[in-house]
Amino acid sequence: MKKLQKVTLTINDREVTAKEGMTILEAARDAGIYIPTLCYHEKLAPYGACRICTVELSRNGRSRLVTSCVYTVENGLIVKTESPKVIKVRKLLLELMLASSPAKAIQDLARQYGIEKRRFEADKTNCILCGLCVRYCSEIKQANAIGFVGRGTERRVVFHPEIASTVCASCRECFSLCPTGKLPSETDGVCFDDLTLDDFLKTQQSPA
Amino acid sequence: MDFDELAKVGSMMGSGGMIVMDEDDCMVDVARYFLTFLTEESCGKCIPCREGIRQMLTILNRICEGEGKEGDIVMLEELSEVVQDASLCALGTTAPNPVLSTIRYFKDEYEAHIRESRCPAGVCKALVSYYINPEQCQACQICLRECPVGAIMGGKNIVHVIDQDKCTKCGTCLDVCPIRFAAVEKLSGRPVPAAPPQGTKVRRVKKAQQ
Ligand code: SF4
Ligand code: FES
Repeated sequence: MKKLQKVTLTINDREVTAKEGMTILEAARDAGIYIPTLCYHEKLAPYGACRICTVELSRNGRSRLVTSCVYTVENGLIVKTESPKVIKVRKLLLELMLASSPAKAIQDLARQYGIEKRRFEADKTNCILCGLCVRYCSEIKQANAIGFVGRGTERRVVFHPEIASTVCASCRECFSLCPTGKLPSETDGVCFDDLTLDDFLKTQQSPA
Repeated sequence: MDFDELAKVGSMMGSGGMIVMDEDDCMVDVARYFLTFLTEESCGKCIPCREGIRQMLTILNRICEGEGKEGDIVMLEELSEVVQDASLCALGTTAPNPVLSTIRYFKDEYEAHIRESRCPAGVCKALVSYYINPEQCQACQICLRECPVGAIMGGKNIVHVIDQDKCTKCGTCLDVCPIRFAAVEKLSGRPVPAAPPQGTKVRRVKKAQQ
């Protein structure tokens, strides 16, 4: 087996050494540098949906924004985790999330970034569609008792009634992962929103 | 015309289609049309695209409904920037284009909606009214018969009047009013003049011109 190479990069003006294949987020955490996350989970495959872990990269004088939980480290990268551009993006993302999910975890982050007043309103679904529940159920439990339905602004999370009725009662491990508390508060692990089996199967077939 | 030429004016070839528009197209309504399409087309996975487009559409709807607020244009630009910068795929990173380019080239149209309750193209229904000029109306009764909701009052030799509360702004009266009379007017950004007293007789002034 090929030995993993060491990679050296700069995060917030500090030189950081990481292993090849690590994400910027992992490298930063190993170095004790904080980057907020919502849809990231160390046991699950990178997903990149909440975008709150966005950081600014520069290389050869050009800069761009990337999601640190997905982007893998490279030699010579210069990363800023709290640049003005990053902060601007994070703030607006938090405002957007608050519009539909005024959950405590999101409010705490919003406060941390100095958001005081609410500018947006949306359907209060209490779900930010981070997919932690869905991915945990599929990747770790391999039960697929919960999944996404709908697309665009209609996208939401539902339990598969038939699978859920057999496996969820004795598991409920997704409850503690949910950053908004929607799962434990709105369901007994059986079904959201009276969706039928057909609704569920339809979306399982549509491309991701 | 090629990719580079289009890129220079801030556009792109997209799927190879092109839409030609003129002064009868409202640029705010056009932006709203594209964003409505995108709310359905977005997969909904990432926050900036899903929620950003949702909020941009809310603002555009508000402007088209005549409820636009000072600051809405800046808010659209702010949302656009983050949706462009932070979205996961190209659908999201290009979703704000219709908003940004209409603001860039037709900002005056946005401002007219917000500040003067006026839709320069006369497209946004909440901001237009139809009015029959009593000086021109010859009481031919065509519009009176054609109005699908029966919003037009009048009769033989009696100047026709549109009941603004009943009017659905479909524009049929304007379409059917004979060109030689041209009595129906589409107004935007100004109040509908008071109707003449009920039963006002027509003025046969146009006869000589025929
Ligand atoms: S229900 Fe909770 S864990 Fe599942 S996607 Fe929504 S916010 Fe995430
Ligand atoms: S934590 Fe990286 S996109 Fe959600």
